[in-house]
Amino acid sequence: MLILTCPYCGIKADETELSPGYEAHLKRFGPDASPEEFEAYMFARKNPKGVHFERWRHAYGCGKWFLAARCTATLEVFGTYPAQVGEPPADIIDKIKARRPDWKGYK
Amino acid sequence: MSTRLAKGGRLIDRTAAMDFHFNGKVMRGFAGDTLAAALLANDQMLMGRSFKYHRPRGVVGSGPEEPNALVNLGRGARLEPNQRATTTELFDGLEATSQNHWPSLEFDVGVVNNYAARFMPAGFYYKTFIHPRPFWKHVFEPVIRRAAGLGKAPTEGDADRYEQAYAFCDVLVVGGGVAGLLAAKAAADAGQRVILLEQTATLGGRTPVDEADIDGTPVDTWIAAIESDLRARDNVTIRTRTCGFGVYDHGYVLADERVADHTPGDGRPKHRLWRIRTAKIVTATGAIERPLSFAGNDIPGVMLASAVRDYVVNHAVSPGDRTVIATNNDSAYQTALALKAAGLEVPAILDARDTATGALPEAARAAGIRVLTGRGIAKVKGGKRVTGVAVCTQAGEGAVLEEITCEAVAMSGGWSPVVHLFSHCGGKVKWDDNLSAFIPDASRPPVNHDGSPMVSVVGAAAGCLSLANILAGLRDVSGKTAIRLPDVCQTPDGSVSIPPVWVMPQGAPIQLRSKMWLDYQNDVKVSDVQLASREGYQSVEHTKRYTTLGMATDQGKLSNINGLAVLADSLNEPIPQVGTTTFRPPYTPVTIGALAGESRGEIFQPLRRTPMHEWHEKSGAYFEPVGLWHRPYCFPRAGETHEQAVHREVLNTREKLGLLDASTLGKIIVKGPDAGRFLDMLYTGVMSTLPIGKCRYGLMCNEQGFLSDDGVVARLDEETFLCHTTSGGADRIHAWMEDWLQCEWWDWKVYTANVTEQYAQIAVVGPNARKLLETLGGMDVSKETLPFMQSADGTLGGFPARVYRISFSGELSYEIAVPASQGAAFWEACHKAGASLGAMPYGTEALHVMRAEKGFIMIGDETDGTVIPQDLNLDWAISKKKADYLGKRGQARTFLASPDRWKLVGFDTLDGSAIPDGAYIVADGTNGNGQRNVQGRVTSTYHSPTLKRGIAMGLLKHGPQRMGEVVEFNTIQGETVKARVRDTVFFDKDGEKQNV
Repeated sequence: MLILTCPYCGIKADETELSPGYEAHLKRFGPDASPEEFEAYMFARKNPKGVHFERWRHAYGCGKWFLAARCTATLEVFGTYPAQVGEPPADIIDKIKARRPDWKGYK
Repeated sequence: MSTRLAKGGRLIDRTAAMDFHFNGKVMRGFAGDTLAAALLANDQMLMGRSFKYHRPRGVVGSGPEEPNALVNLGRGARLEPNQRATTTELFDGLEATSQNHWPSLEFDVGVVNNYAARFMPAGFYYKTFIHPRPFWKHVFEPVIRRAAGLGKAPTEGDADRYEQAYAFCDVLVVGGGVAGLLAAKAAADAGQRVILLEQTATLGGRTPVDEADIDGTPVDTWIAAIESDLRARDNVTIRTRTCGFGVYDHGYVLADERVADHTPGDGRPKHRLWRIRTAKIVTATGAIERPLSFAGNDIPGVMLASAVRDYVVNHAVSPGDRTVIATNNDSAYQTALALKAAGLEVPAILDARDTATGALPEAARAAGIRVLTGRGIAKVKGGKRVTGVAVCTQAGEGAVLEEITCEAVAMSGGWSPVVHLFSHCGGKVKWDDNLSAFIPDASRPPVNHDGSPMVSVVGAAAGCLSLANILAGLRDVSGKTAIRLPDVCQTPDGSVSIPPVWVMPQGAPIQLRSKMWLDYQNDVKVSDVQLASREGYQSVEHTKRYTTLGMATDQGKLSNINGLAVLADSLNEPIPQVGTTTFRPPYTPVTIGALAGESRGEIFQPLRRTPMHEWHEKSGAYFEPVGLWHRPYCFPRAGETHEQAVHREVLNTREKLGLLDASTLGKIIVKGPDAGRFLDMLYTGVMSTLPIGKCRYGLMCNEQGFLSDDGVVARLDEETFLCHTTSGGADRIHAWMEDWLQCEWWDWKVYTANVTEQYAQIAVVGPNARKLLETLGGMDVSKETLPFMQSADGTLGGFPARVYRISFSGELSYEIAVPASQGAAFWEACHKAGASLGAMPYGTEALHVMRAEKGFIMIGDETDGTVIPQDLNLDWAISKKKADYLGKRGQARTFLASPDRWKLVGFDTLDGSAIPDGAYIVADGTNGNGQRNVQGRVTSTYHSPTLKRGIAMGLLKHGPQRMGEVVEFNTIQGETVKARVRDTVFFDKDGEKQNV
């Protein structure tokens, strides 16, 4: 059972306090989207074995959504950060690069 | 005969005799016995029958690896199948029966399978029963099911209770042998909070049996000293009878404490499941001895050498007067010496190695035991009991050199470190050629959240098989805070070497190989694995499933490595190349009761009660679950069936006055300068234009366009909306709103609050509804002041109330929200004031019937996650003007925009009956599977008491264009119901009843 630190309230939250929200940093495509764009938005997920960015909600705590960078293979957590960002914070990117030199980036 | 020795037995108390029953026979044992030890002391070597061939089986091991000695334990509400006799502590009055035989353990009809074994190789069931197909369901499966299955399922509810507890520590040590005790001490010395778990009742592990002393101190004395030292410390907790069975993410460990297995019915919980979060885990789980693969190695009386030693030393139980030892390593010589010391005979030690010159072999020779090197067992003689062994050269093909009479065989094929817990959460194992075993790879451990190693392994579990080296390695770090013990992973020191001996003799022909058991419980033999390999199975995971090797309740603890080695040899590949199967929790089976804990019966899950719940209970309501709520389904009166009650409630509401507890309805406040803009994105319709005080029905879709929830929105003031959701949808929709506000439109100024439980809500429904509110008095609810789809705040009968004039029944109807704390009082006030107006409570079923009569959709009935609003002819609630809303792009996809969609229509059955729930509308012809084609399905179907006939709604291909057409619904009985397609409004089409 994972432990993720909620970046809003600072609590090291047990997985049972959280609800998952799947892949982070997706861009929403609305009515004008092409079939390809919409398909990618709706269905195409990376599901990587390795570094992954996810959405989590501190559902049984402060109720806030946050994002987490972690390794799906080893369960190492590189960091958590508020959801109100367009891309992962630089310090987390740096940490991942240090820990996973072969990492290709989050996009 | 196996029997109790006159003296000795370090774990038993001869002053505390205990009577127990095995298959109805009364037997006697001592406190400190396991059931297996006590059975052996009573010469009960035969303990069960194997799964497939029903071969007679005796106990093989002395711990959780035991595959054979499984019993039904207890009776009635305390019956537990598949309990291992080797880990069951004896108690006075214990009752056990053996498993998998008929009519008796001694004489079992199923043993004919044994004589047919030649015709039942690996994959027999797959190969034989595949054709003809119908035979599987009606002939083969019932017969096989009757023959299969270990143990009996209890028929009564469990009489015991179970509990769960949480614990937190810096270092969790699993295993209370010498390595575990030293590891715990080292961590405790460094000031860390330590929990030590030991699966048996006593600390010390194997060392008290295998070694005479530690540094000149008797082992038991040494153990007692370190135990009392640890127990005296505030930062150490020791739990015996507690098996740490699973390692999970980020230092999460589950452990099963057998609190009262040995004292049933004493009022304590039977088991306690520990949920432990620890910074570091040290596993000191020891190693399990492996059998040798020789012909007849499953005959009762053939046991692991370590188990024989355990029974002699711990329980003073002799497996027989004469025991032959077969081994490929030095440790089995300890068994020979222990037997000799107990005054028993060891006719010979058959050592597969060409030479044996270690201290133990020399000691055996000095004790006058005949040691034969380069020898093996060609065959064990005997049926239900060992009578002797035939000796051969290990290098040969099994030619018999001599026969030795004996009652027992003690075998040792080496040791397999218990790497399970290290591997559960991603730790990798590596093959050690010197030990012929998989050991933990210290360079690839499971990791914590910060990437640091989470599990370290000490003692025999790390492949460190010599006590001297375990001591040296762990004492070195004790007390030194600079070296944190959990960083230590011990490694094999090379002092113990175990050569590979996977088949005995190495050139054994098929006649012998087909009698060499690998998996005792599932009857998998060397020849089966070799056959699988010949048939093309190369992956160990596939071979496992094909042969069922390691899939029994012992999960291959005993001899999976032997099976892997045989497979590797057949494939002509090295063992590490073939690899091992995945180790998964739990390490030993955990009873479901412990996993459920207190979550059974009334507290299985939380129950949500409305403020009026108690009134409903007192009024005899029949409840149904709606999410976690319990809602009255109907309020049956004396002598009424539920159906009659529902019909009465419907008719009374339509003719006079009905009162519904609608408190479960979701109520979400959406507030802020951007609230209207936000709701325009959430709902398919436009909410931002809603005038203050007005109500509007809205639909919510997910991004795929599928209808997700519906409800009435009221605008309370310029910046405040109250959104009603379905009863089951409130939490989900609130989370959905927060998701979009926090993650997509975080710059929009909107605040949401789920106030579902802050209000009690009552629907006052029927021709007398207005009269009731006027009787209560306090605000103007007239047609002119409060027209349909409008809301107003005021007081009613002295209660602060918000009144919505909305209707889900087609009647004149008001929904009134009052503060939750006043809900019960208001509900009673309504009933009191309504008594002369014919007021009656009604339940959810009457609500459903009335909404269906009016053709209103219900989320979950008309929708199932694949239905878009357009399918339900709800285009009127979808804005054409809005540039965007959630689901708009999804609904534009070609499949959803197709004119061939199934669409909502109503149905009148020709015979007036109600169409069965879930019925499909059949079409001409059959599909590729020979099934009848379908063109639609029923979504809501009821008997309408108002119309006195069956009514139904359903989805039908091209439905709205087929009015008047007669279609056929199928039934489960294979019959059809004919119905005429019509519109969905069955009652009061012009809405005259609600607009008064």
